[in-house]
Amino acid sequence: MRLRDNYRQAVKKFQPKPSYVANSLKAFFIGGGLSVVAEVLRAQFRVNLPSLAAEQAVLLLFIGAAVVLTAIGVYDEFSQFAGAGSTMLITWFANSLTSAALEHRSEGVVSGIAGHMFKVGGAALVYGIVAAYLFGLVYFMR
Amino acid sequence: MKLVGKQTWVFDDVYIQATGTAVGPSEADGPLGNCFDVVHHDLYCGEKTWERAERRLMQDAIAVCLQHGNITINEVDVLLAGDLLNQNVTANYTARAFPVPFLCMFGACSTSMETLAVGAALVDGGFAKRALAATSSHNATAERQFRYPTELGVQKPKSATFTVTGAGAALIGKEKGRFRVTAATIGRVIDAGLTNPLDMGSAMAPAAAHTIEQHFYDLRRSPSDYDLIVTGDLSRVGSVIVKELLMEAGYDVTSNYNDCGLLIYRPEKGAFAGGSGCACCAVVTYGHLLKEMKAGAMERMLVVATGALLSPTMIQQNESIPAIAHGVVIEAVRGE
Repeated sequence: MRLRDNYRQAVKKFQPKPSYVANSLKAFFIGGGLSVVAEVLRAQFRVNLPSLAAEQAVLLLFIGAAVVLTAIGVYDEFSQFAGAGSTMLITWFANSLTSAALEHRSEGVVSGIAGHMFKVGGAALVYGIVAAYLFGLVYFMR
Repeated sequence: MKLVGKQTWVFDDVYIQATGTAVGPSEADGPLGNCFDVVHHDLYCGEKTWERAERRLMQDAIAVCLQHGNITINEVDVLLAGDLLNQNVTANYTARAFPVPFLCMFGACSTSMETLAVGAALVDGGFAKRALAATSSHNATAERQFRYPTELGVQKPKSATFTVTGAGAALIGKEKGRFRVTAATIGRVIDAGLTNPLDMGSAMAPAAAHTIEQHFYDLRRSPSDYDLIVTGDLSRVGSVIVKELLMEAGYDVTSNYNDCGLLIYRPEKGAFAGGSGCACCAVVTYGHLLKEMKAGAMERMLVVATGALLSPTMIQQNESIPAIAHGVVIEAVRGE
């Protein structure tokens, strides 16, 4: 097929394909590995803390680490490598808020940082809350 | 008549008298690092915000260009400038410091050759003795406007390009210089119907091919009339497509074609498919290619700056990406 005859179809053979297998493997092992680390930490915290507090302590650690890694400019490189192994975790949500806040600090603390902080992460928040509400309804009606 | 064929302007006596380039850290580390006049090793270029950093680059490029041309800004009759940011803030805010009539231009990444072509036309038509054409882009200002916050963790595909941080300026005039601007082919907006903003090479290649074909047709020329045909920022993906498109039209450019986006970074730099942005074509042409021409490596080249007329809002509304390409012919002036 010539490019001139049907560009949108013919151009596909010139476009690089994403490496689905490598990306899936990386996402599985890195995302899974981080989840194992979280589980081990939770078990450690569980020794001295009640169950909910232990989980929250792990979340705090992960969120804190993501914020620091974002601030020093490492998290985006990690995500480029890990793909879904980084974006499917709560650390990515922390990264989305921190990166937007960093990006927009030049427009001031109110209209810049506060106004733009949820620009990327906001969608996860909105649909997270909507989903939680719907599942909550189902739970109570059952 | 200076219009030849449908889209090509032919100039009598117009010269590029001087150029100036300024770049950021990644470009300075690239293979052309020592071609640029001003190098900033900090992405902020000593300024407080990314936008100010981009303005600093444009100011630096203009200052060096004037210095090389051995004139002051007061001797410039018209300034033509543009960039990628909304309301062309870099160009407008840079121009407010100059007591010079100003035409702001936007052609996305095709602005470098758009300003050069229009500047040459104004000089050739007698509307200005000297025109200054300038353009800039900055990786961080472009990222935040067109994509995501710079530190957001997203996995970019191999077709994505890396916006060049830099600025280029050219002084155009009637007095004889080293380089003559002999013709310009003004492109049409071509929309091939592609929608992926992370693959602008595929979106822009048809516009580049169209302008190049029209150029050959208008001037009754062929690829062999040029030592180099260079596109602005088609990158690894788009440059292959444009060669194929031209081949289908019967023009073989495989031996004398290149792309500025492929020249500016080392392949291992992590710049994905190559460089892009207004500055990509500007700094490579003004900083590197003209030096090559001066050194005798080329006599005549066709520089085709390619622009994806991309708007994040239009992409979100499921519109496709229109593209444009403007070509300018630059020839070496030898002798004396």
